Amino acid sequence: MRWFWIDRFEEFVSGESARTVKNVSLAEEHLDDYNQTWPYMPPPLMIEGLAQTGGLLLGQISDFRARVVLAKVGRASFEKLARPGDRLTYDIRFLSQQVDGAIAEGTILLNDEPLGMVELVFATLSGPEFEKVELFQPHEFLRMLRSMRLFDVARYSDGSPVAIPEHLLAAERAFLSVNCP
Amino acid sequence: MASNDEVFEKVREALVDALAVDDSDVVPGATMVGDLGAESIDFLDIVYRLEKAFGISISRGELFPDDILTNAEYVSDGKVTASGLAQLKARMPFADLSKFEQNPLVQDFGNLLTVKDLCNYVQTKLA
Repeated sequence: MRWFWIDRFEEFVSGESARTVKNVSLAEEHLDDYNQTWPYMPPPLMIEGLAQTGGLLLGQISDFRARVVLAKVGRASFEKLARPGDRLTYDIRFLSQQVDGAIAEGTILLNDEPLGMVELVFATLSGPEFEKVELFQPHEFLRMLRSMRLFDVARYSDGSPVAIPEHLLAAERAFLSVNCP
Repeated sequence: MASNDEVFEKVREALVDALAVDDSDVVPGATMVGDLGAESIDFLDIVYRLEKAFGISISRGELFPDDILTNAEYVSDGKVTASGLAQLKARMPFADLSKFEQNPLVQDFGNLLTVKDLCNYVQTKLA
């Protein structure tokens, strides 16, 4: 199973905010795993969707070189349940950014109606113990970003587009030259 | 200027929210790490909540000058040197370092800060 809990980006303002969507489908096995008789989207996986949205928003600031992880979930509230056929919208906005992480506020819409909110704390892993730690293979990471159509909508606050970082393109070229010569 | 009680109440609220501890746990003498269970990532959250509660700006290293502890000039055999202690005192006038001074092990520094120190720090920022 792919650990992708967002389907695509709809808005992305570098260093500020992002909006993604997730369509809930009965084809997803985790719905049965969570509650077989009355399937609905597990709220923890909505948090993961917000975390992926916010983590990519934070990672982009460093051209996706920083190792970003969800470090902590503050308050979280869910007013409704999302069922197969529903569309979830995840909005993330940074409240504070420091060199070692960020605080974000996430809101969730269910078919454009408020569903819940979550406070998230992201950390960037730095220090010698993490220097050789790769959270993702760069070419796979770029493929994921392309699949989520992040670069289709990503903009800086002045409206200029966010380009794909050269180091990710280089990794993709290197992968393709070996696997698809 | 906020009274000591007002500062304490806001600090307490920030710590309760950030650390999910009970109001009653947040007393002036409680240490952030040992008594309230703060982990390193919690300080990011705490700093944000203090900034928001008091309308102040806290730059990195101001509240927790860990750069001193990673500077070979100020650390020897796992202990902060006399010049390192002088630096810490200069950078942390809000903290009571008297106990730490007796055996200044770097590993113990993380558990130095108390709720009272945090309140003192906020008062210096508001002054």
